[in-house]
Amino acid sequence: MNKPIIEIKNLSKRYNITHHRGGYVALRDIIANTIKSPLKFLKNKANSVLGREVQEEFWALKDINFTVHEGEAIGIIGANGAGKSTLLKILSKITPPTTGEAILRGKVASLLEVGTGFHPELTGRENIFLNGAILGMSRKEMAKKFDDIVKFSGVEKFLDTPVKRYSSGMYVRLAFSVAAHMEPDILIVDEVLAVGDADFQKKCLGKMDSVTKAEGRTVLFVSHNMSAIQSLCTKAILLENGKIKAMGKTDEVIATYLKNNPLTQEGSTLRERKDRRGKGEVKLVSFFVEDNNGERVSSLETGGHYTLCFGYETADEKPTQNLHIGSQITADDGTPLALNWGKNTKQEINKASAKGVIRCEIKQKFPFNPGLYHISANLFRDNEIEDYIKNLGVFEVKEGDFHNLGIKTEKDGRHITLEQDWSIKEN
Amino acid sequence: MVKSETHMSDQVTVIRPKKMFSLDDIKEIWRFKELLFFFTWRDLKVRYKQTIVGVGWAIFQPFMTMVVFSVFFGNLLKVPSDNIPYPIFVYTGLLFWQFFSGALSSTSSTLISNQSIITKVYFPRLILPLSAVVTELVDFAVAGVMLIVLMFYFHYTPHIAGLLILPLLLIITFLAAVGGGLFLASINVKYRDVRYVLPYFIQMLLFITPVIYPSSIAGKWSWVLAVNPMTGVIKAARGALLGTEPINWTLLMISLVAVSVLMIIGVYFFKKTERYFADIV
Repeated sequence: MNKPIIEIKNLSKRYNITHHRGGYVALRDIIANTIKSPLKFLKNKANSVLGREVQEEFWALKDINFTVHEGEAIGIIGANGAGKSTLLKILSKITPPTTGEAILRGKVASLLEVGTGFHPELTGRENIFLNGAILGMSRKEMAKKFDDIVKFSGVEKFLDTPVKRYSSGMYVRLAFSVAAHMEPDILIVDEVLAVGDADFQKKCLGKMDSVTKAEGRTVLFVSHNMSAIQSLCTKAILLENGKIKAMGKTDEVIATYLKNNPLTQEGSTLRERKDRRGKGEVKLVSFFVEDNNGERVSSLETGGHYTLCFGYETADEKPTQNLHIGSQITADDGTPLALNWGKNTKQEINKASAKGVIRCEIKQKFPFNPGLYHISANLFRDNEIEDYIKNLGVFEVKEGDFHNLGIKTEKDGRHITLEQDWSIKEN
Repeated sequence: MVKSETHMSDQVTVIRPKKMFSLDDIKEIWRFKELLFFFTWRDLKVRYKQTIVGVGWAIFQPFMTMVVFSVFFGNLLKVPSDNIPYPIFVYTGLLFWQFFSGALSSTSSTLISNQSIITKVYFPRLILPLSAVVTELVDFAVAGVMLIVLMFYFHYTPHIAGLLILPLLLIITFLAAVGGGLFLASINVKYRDVRYVLPYFIQMLLFITPVIYPSSIAGKWSWVLAVNPMTGVIKAARGALLGTEPINWTLLMISLVAVSVLMIIGVYFFKKTERYFADIV
């Protein structure tokens, strides 16, 4: 048996959370503080030297162990903040681990973003060479593949135009084309396919597919797009709070992930989510869905009656006022589908207790066809963002009898079903 | 088995916590030399892309400065210039000064201005400051042509033998600019006010460097100026190219040692910052 192409042993990454807000530290402030209170400065310095400093630690990754064999395509999934990007950043050598080691046998190329280093002033042609060099291709290699890259991108006509004049679609196409023509032994890809139009996404996925299957390269692939993971990867790893929660066949791991998402849990993990924005004086603490009997459901069906429930708490534990929530549902590929927003229905909650659940009843048959959907939520108070969580949860919609006729909806690439009534008017 | 052996390149990457500077870093920079070229090429291309005179700016800038200085300091204030036409005298100084100050300021902002690349792709980070300096070196070479033109204009015979010392002077300037620049680049990551202070600092430095006046002007205090490595460089450049004075080798060697130490300090800080840089921007 060959040695595994990727070996990861006890890999951990710790971040120290510092509690000053508002961007960077200015030397000015440090000097000013030192002069204002020299004793305090000395005390802090002494404490940090003696290691008695109290610092909040946060393990973005903890004791990650796994091996990958040549030719395997591994999907890495997990909620935002689970450590997926940190793992890829360590494997791409962008940030060092705190402990542990990783051994990668072969030429590594990582694609954490398309178009890294593209310069807006340079032309398409110039950027192809620059980007290629940044991604680690040699000039010889570039010259050989130049025509293929141009052809794949479909921007032949604008090759000598500065990319700042490109449309965003053209930009992404050119950028991905360069990346797609790398020939590494190990390819590390972060959520980069979520850009560009649907046609181009399909083309990218096709390219990824041929990279993994036909060319037999080893791929590590992070995505929120479960269907992409399902079609590309044979194995998957589920990360949760920096640890490996499940590892194995893609279908099984995705099933575990869906079982563990906040839709079915009392979202205890929601409190600890770090990937949130806003003032934070009122926070979302749970999310669940009820059916019309007020029972919590663990999976949804097309045509059902549901109420989205958002639990919140105020930081000062005092009653509050003027809350409302905006919650968006997106398809697995990132296409926004629906927005439920208390402001649009003029239903701000004027008087709210210190903690409670804001409910949003969907007053029609649940229109989404079978598939995976993502939900985000934005909690407002006095029209200011208090707490915004993108990718609050993933939920699966199962086939349902939308028209009450015993005909189940199908997973057919269409997102929604409409209530309909057919008739004929004779002339 | 055999197939996979040929398929897999023998490159093995081991990722472990922490690492300090080692010989491997130099080897690695060598492996990435093409990227160094591309960064330099990018900077030059972008800098001169949307300008009318293009690369002519590299000449225009020191030339205009020279004209203004010649009028005010040379003609009106009658600053002594060791019996050399003031324009040549000041241009020689400016040439090295602009290489130094340009390299110092572009190196010190190199991590910040390339943060979008640094957080997404790995390459030896030292490539960035190095390419910034090479870019300045190209400007230096272009502006250097003007010095030759000036010498012809003033019917001044250059000391050809003096050209031989040029590499040494460039190395000292390079080490001083990169060493200082790396150090500043590291602090700049954490304390962003460096970029506001630096232009002011560089301007002050110009006045304590014998660019617009000969170091002899300070009389017996001229050794104070020698603390500044650029003093030695500019003095030696004038001595070699214009024959103003014999080259003071002791002074040059002191400068060389000083800037080497500066370079080591700079690299040390840079490597230290490099480790956590991607985490904090």
